[in-house]
Amino acid sequence: MIVLNGEPRERDGATIAELLADLGVEQRARGVAVAVNGEIVPRAHWPSHRVDAGDRVEALSAMQGG
Amino acid sequence: MGLSTEQIPITDTPFEIAGRTLRSRLILGTGGFARLETLAEAIRATRAELVTIALRRIDPSARGSLVDVLEDCGVELLPNTAGCYTARDAVVTARLAREAFATDWIKLEVIGDERTLLPDAPELLLAAEELVADGFIVLPYTNDDPILARRLEDVGCAAVMPLGSPIGSGMGIRNPYNLSLIVERAGVPVILDAGVGTASDAALAMELGCDGVLCASAIARAQDPVAMAHAIRAAVEAGRLARGAGRIPRRLHAEASSPEAGMADLTPPAE
Repeated sequence: MIVLNGEPRERDGATIAELLADLGVEQRARGVAVAVNGEIVPRAHWPSHRVDAGDRVEALSAMQGG
Repeated sequence: MGLSTEQIPITDTPFEIAGRTLRSRLILGTGGFARLETLAEAIRATRAELVTIALRRIDPSARGSLVDVLEDCGVELLPNTAGCYTARDAVVTARLAREAFATDWIKLEVIGDERTLLPDAPELLLAAEELVADGFIVLPYTNDDPILARRLEDVGCAAVMPLGSPIGSGMGIRNPYNLSLIVERAGVPVILDAGVGTASDAALAMELGCDGVLCASAIARAQDPVAMAHAIRAAVEAGRLARGAGRIPRRLHAEASSPEAGMADLTPPAE
């Protein structure tokens, strides 16, 4: 079990690219960044970086803000 | 809308941050606009070149792409660290923003509590120092504290962005004297950030010598955001011109503007 954006998911072993696809985000989407357990995963590593059980994944994008 | 510095034959020094010249002294915050179409119209009305954005968890139900809209408007993005309460969170958020938007520029916000959203000075300074060392162009949202502003400049911030009053309060500039003290000492641009409620607040900031104004809520939450965008752009230009023109000193008593000499004698003839 991992936690993606605060929600538990049965996606152990998935790549970051696969998790983003779950959220409807393509690999080449602009304005997206990902952190696993508080560490940034660069875009180039999205297709290869696999998440392990217990990982906390934050997938972020641009939002309106002051 | 006729008023524009392009049409006024007065030369002004360029507005430069970290060696980059910006054509507009108004930076627009994108928060609070109910529709992306209104945001795009407001950007055009402000003629802003730099707009702020936040990073949040991806919302799969979001409609329309903010990044696409901003790109169509031809603006540069200034990501913020809004919502961060610690230096560590702000530093990681800034690095995520650099990854997401391919920019080293960051509007650094480290706030102390959710009731006031006022900056947490020690955490802000720590985060600023770390981000500067990491190669960021740091624009910190700071208190209207001249000493803190100087410390932020000393650690290498590219500008300082003191508040006029709390974020979204629309309370204007509560301490113009502090703002003047910051302006007087600053060796980097001073940008009023937070507190603008209407056009006159933006004009006052510029009259006090700020180099620019960052404004979000006053435009986004106005009854007519696009009209307010025009108003605040004009106010920033008017305030800048007035600052350069030099205001007259304040005085307690009147000083006649018509000559006292040469008054007609209108006394009626004696009976």
